Amino acid sequence: MCSLSSESLKIDCAEATRRITAFIRAAVFERFRKRGVVVGVSGGIDSSVCAALCARALGPERVLVLFTPEGESGSETLRLSRLAAASQNVEGVLEDITPILEAAGCYHRRDEAIRTAIPEYGAGWRCKIVLPSVIDDDRYRIFSLVAMSPDGRTVKKRLPSDSYLGVVAASNFKQRTRKMVEYYHADRLNYAVVGTPNRLEYDQGFFVKGGDGLADVKPIAHLYKTQVYALADYLDVPDEIRSRPPTTDTYSLPQGQDEFFFSLPYDKMDLCLYAFDHQYTPEETAAALGLRPEQIERVYRDITGKRKAARYLHAAPLLLEDG
Amino acid sequence: MVNPADDMEMRIRAFLADNFMMGQDSTALSRDDSFLDAGIIDSTGVLELIVFLEDAFGIQVEDEEMVPTNLDSIANLIPFIRSKQTSAEA
Repeated sequence: MCSLSSESLKIDCAEATRRITAFIRAAVFERFRKRGVVVGVSGGIDSSVCAALCARALGPERVLVLFTPEGESGSETLRLSRLAAASQNVEGVLEDITPILEAAGCYHRRDEAIRTAIPEYGAGWRCKIVLPSVIDDDRYRIFSLVAMSPDGRTVKKRLPSDSYLGVVAASNFKQRTRKMVEYYHADRLNYAVVGTPNRLEYDQGFFVKGGDGLADVKPIAHLYKTQVYALADYLDVPDEIRSRPPTTDTYSLPQGQDEFFFSLPYDKMDLCLYAFDHQYTPEETAAALGLRPEQIERVYRDITGKRKAARYLHAAPLLLEDG
Repeated sequence: MVNPADDMEMRIRAFLADNFMMGQDSTALSRDDSFLDAGIIDSTGVLELIVFLEDAFGIQVEDEEMVPTNLDSIANLIPFIRSKQTSAEA
């Protein structure tokens, strides 16, 4: 077996693009008999690469890009989303989903759940959910809520399970509303909907069932995030998007993906997942990543635990005759 | 009279049966079985377990105490709860 290093994830971008664009054409035109695709773009690397691949596969005129910001989106989200669309010459449609979220009670229900743990939480406050690092010790990764008052005071509280579930359930309105709007446009145009998870997100269940997890075709779900960045370079995704740190853009305080879900920054997480799947020992992986073997053992356990939890997210509806 | 340790175990087993084993017989779970390895409790489940421990046994579980050696089996839970109760009384 080859020694583990960042070289392990190197891909031939031209060949990868050829395979993926052929796959998109076959899925959309032949399998689903659709005229084009809708891609929800967030200004992040994954959705920008998906839009670029779809434009190459089907022609830019058969790709509709949706910008779906809401009241708590990052200040750069819309501008970078427009930049992603413009760089591929695809049409973009703005759908501000804030009114839908307000009508559904997304913000209100979430804030009510937060107030069970932080009673003073109210207008002008912002929040995010964080997890402790898995590599530091054997502690369970228990969710905490970080809230910031309008005058900049920060409160961090461990959330009781019902509060945590209430916050997540309400926040999930965002992903599900985006998907509802994507399918509206897909239905109107007889298009398919593209899902934009990379391998880390798809494998580890970092998506909302019926939200960003719902799609007709997922063209980069087999690619590690490192490989998505390589493709972004090859496909001329703008520098600003390629240099933006991965964010969830779900909570009102800035939140990196590695403080909410993944154990490590994406480049290290990629290599750990690759190493785990290719049976590298914790010692070998630790040497490649500059970490200790016991830290890698914790990451491996975390990968296994997330895979178990992701089974439900991936499961299609059960039918009696499936046995 | 019920032995306090037996009473504690019964309450833990009843909680596990009601919340994670969906009515299955919790006596099938041995005292040493890991909740995580047995697929009984996930990370959200740990949150529920902590709320239960704090409510049912009047203890406060600190962040640094949320480790498998304290919480991942019935055999680990009982001495942990006892030591928390003892230190609270002292």
